[in-house]
Amino acid sequence: MRLFYGVQLSSRLMLGTARFPSPAVLSQAIRVSGTEVATVSLRRESGAERAGQAFWSIIRELGVRVLPNTAGCRTVKEAVTTAHMAREVFGTRWIKLEVIGEDDTLQPDVFGLVEAARILSSEGFEVFPYTTEDLVAADKLVAAGCRVLMPWGSPIGSGRGLNNVYGLKAMRAHFPDIPLVIDAGIGLPSHAVQAMELGFDAVLINTAIARARDPVGMAEAFSAAVEAGLMARACGPMEPRETAVPSTPVIGKAFLT
Amino acid sequence: MKIIVNGSAHDIKSASLAEALEELGLGGDTVVATALNGEFVASAARADTILAEGDRVEVLAPMQGG
Repeated sequence: MRLFYGVQLSSRLMLGTARFPSPAVLSQAIRVSGTEVATVSLRRESGAERAGQAFWSIIRELGVRVLPNTAGCRTVKEAVTTAHMAREVFGTRWIKLEVIGEDDTLQPDVFGLVEAARILSSEGFEVFPYTTEDLVAADKLVAAGCRVLMPWGSPIGSGRGLNNVYGLKAMRAHFPDIPLVIDAGIGLPSHAVQAMELGFDAVLINTAIARARDPVGMAEAFSAAVEAGLMARACGPMEPRETAVPSTPVIGKAFLT
Repeated sequence: MKIIVNGSAHDIKSASLAEALEELGLGGDTVVATALNGEFVASAARADTILAEGDRVEVLAPMQGG
């Protein structure tokens, strides 16, 4: 089993905490999903509302490991400073590093990402970079110190599933020892099953659960899907063929014409 | 002294960042991270961080994220 910076995760479903209809639904979704890792963020706090304090107490009560992100950062400096702030607030060396390069697709700026990953890794952070399936960028992230890679399936929040299955399979084959997590674009449990069947180590889901009509039920569905995909991968799936092969034996068939 | 806190103008009496947080209702055991003019200021350094007119302070707290 591949470890996430030395940590063994029994649940391979990571959950984003944004866009849920209420804190109660978020808590229940986290509980039923069995997830051990929840992503969190940092935003401006006001002394009047103290919204962040209320949210943080909910997450602490749930007892999950937190993976802070640098969502919305567009420059290396912004992402690195956000990571420093997150490390102090959340008390973890884990950071889900996002450096966004393009507005329509929220595609990672892999050039900035590699540079930020190099800085943060040298400072002792354990970086989970949100990247594309580009093998050259991925190689550079590993060279920069990343020991987990988080390629997108498709753009964040799009729910389009795995856009480039060939590229993701190539990535799995290229990094046999690095934990790989599909980080964005998963819309259905079937997408999560597919990711796990391809040999990915985990999936990170937010919108697909948070925006479902019944987020708690969907969290349970994703949990089952991830488990099914993981089991299937371990069982050695058959190779697809171009032509039919009868599954019922031909020998012994009656002659009835 | 006028400073910018989380993008809004504030008139504060405090000299240090730690005192300013108290004045803004974000002191004590409030879980926040701070930055001054774009640079991270660790919680241990807030008491010794002296503010100046026009400084930009960011006060961030845990929030939902994907």
